[in-house]
Amino acid sequence: MNENKDWPLWEIFIRSRAGLNHKHVGSLHAADEDMAIENARDVYTRRNEGISIWVVESKYITASNPEDEESLFDPADNKIYRHPTFYDLPDEVKHM
Amino acid sequence: MSESSMLEIFEEKIKREIKIEPREWMPDAYRKTLVRQISQHAHSEIVGMLPEANWIKRAPTMRRKVALLAKVQDEAGHGLYLYSAAETLGTSRKTMIDDLLSGKAKYSSIFNYPTITWADIGAVGWLVDGAAIMNQVMLCRTSYGPYARAMVRICKEESFHQRQGYEIMLTLAQGSQEQKAMAQDALNRWWWPSLMMFGPSDKESKHSAQSMAWKIKRKSNDELRQNFVDATVPQARLIGLSIPDPDLKWNEERGAYDFGDIDWEEFWNVVKGNGPCNKQRLDDRNKAHEEGHWVREAALAFAEKQAKRKAKKDKVA
Ligand SMILES: [Fe+2]
Ligand SMILES: [Fe+2]
Repeated sequence: MNENKDWPLWEIFIRSRAGLNHKHVGSLHAADEDMAIENARDVYTRRNEGISIWVVESKYITASNPEDEESLFDPADNKIYRHPTFYDLPDEVKHM
Repeated sequence: MSESSMLEIFEEKIKREIKIEPREWMPDAYRKTLVRQISQHAHSEIVGMLPEANWIKRAPTMRRKVALLAKVQDEAGHGLYLYSAAETLGTSRKTMIDDLLSGKAKYSSIFNYPTITWADIGAVGWLVDGAAIMNQVMLCRTSYGPYARAMVRICKEESFHQRQGYEIMLTLAQGSQEQKAMAQDALNRWWWPSLMMFGPSDKESKHSAQSMAWKIKRKSNDELRQNFVDATVPQARLIGLSIPDPDLKWNEERGAYDFGDIDWEEFWNVVKGNGPCNKQRLDDRNKAHEEGHWVREAALAFAEKQAKRKAKKDKVA
């Protein structure tokens, strides 16, 4: 076997507390998914940072292209009617 | 988009303190500087485990041993966060490790000094981690996103490192004559190399100005060094140890300590590979890497076998 090859790269997601989403914390190399979880535990949760770990091999992540940022996200800028503050209500209505 | 307009967007982001993220356009030189700096930083964490590991088995109490073990394990973690951050810039782990093992890549020269007494472990935690923290707190605001995020995580972990070192020094300084002398001797040997950790003076530092402009660095070498001196001198006094610098003096006007000249000849000599432990450190890293060869090979073979088995099972099902 050749040593010219790194172990695959994995992206690590950690749920820090019950009720929260898993959040990306970084990446690491591991030979397989079991080792990725074990390594993630040692690298990213030495101080109770998590109660659950997801690992995904980096090559399976599809990301939006940074150059498309404007075309993807700018259209939301002028849709202020999607926010509650857009609507005029009488002051008497306290909570809505 | 033309290169000049991409450069404009990049510079605008830097100006407005918007982090640069991995797949965004960035100038080649910015990328290269980051790869060099982040990988050197990672190597320092990894090589930095060696002088401390030297004392794990000889720690004087169980309390000291678990703390030192946890600290050294943290440093391994720091190395891994940083290698990962560097990899987002397009370099590979293998390239970086090869460069370290061949001696092509640099790491912090401080780790080329020996830890000859237990007090050195105190001095390393207090001074070396203390100096590293100065630098790393600044780097939490660095302009490259993955580097900044790694730094935030590292800084959270570092503070115990310095405290455990200082506690060792405090205990020795309050101990017998011999113990106090041992603490003072460690401070004497580690003080100047710790000041050198911040790198050449601003006048001499060839990368500094550009790094500041790109907001990779947020403070100059001399600024950080001054901050470190000002923070550390009172800590030494508090435990009755004296800083080995006859020129050290509070400067009322500057609101800072004046301190003596650094022996830059020694600094460059160690950088060039002639420090007391350069060879030993590289030999130890190479030996560890070679001895881990069969483990890496076996793990990969096992993973491939498992994957094949799983594929077969999936087919049957
Ligand atoms: Fe560290
Ligand atoms: Fe540390």
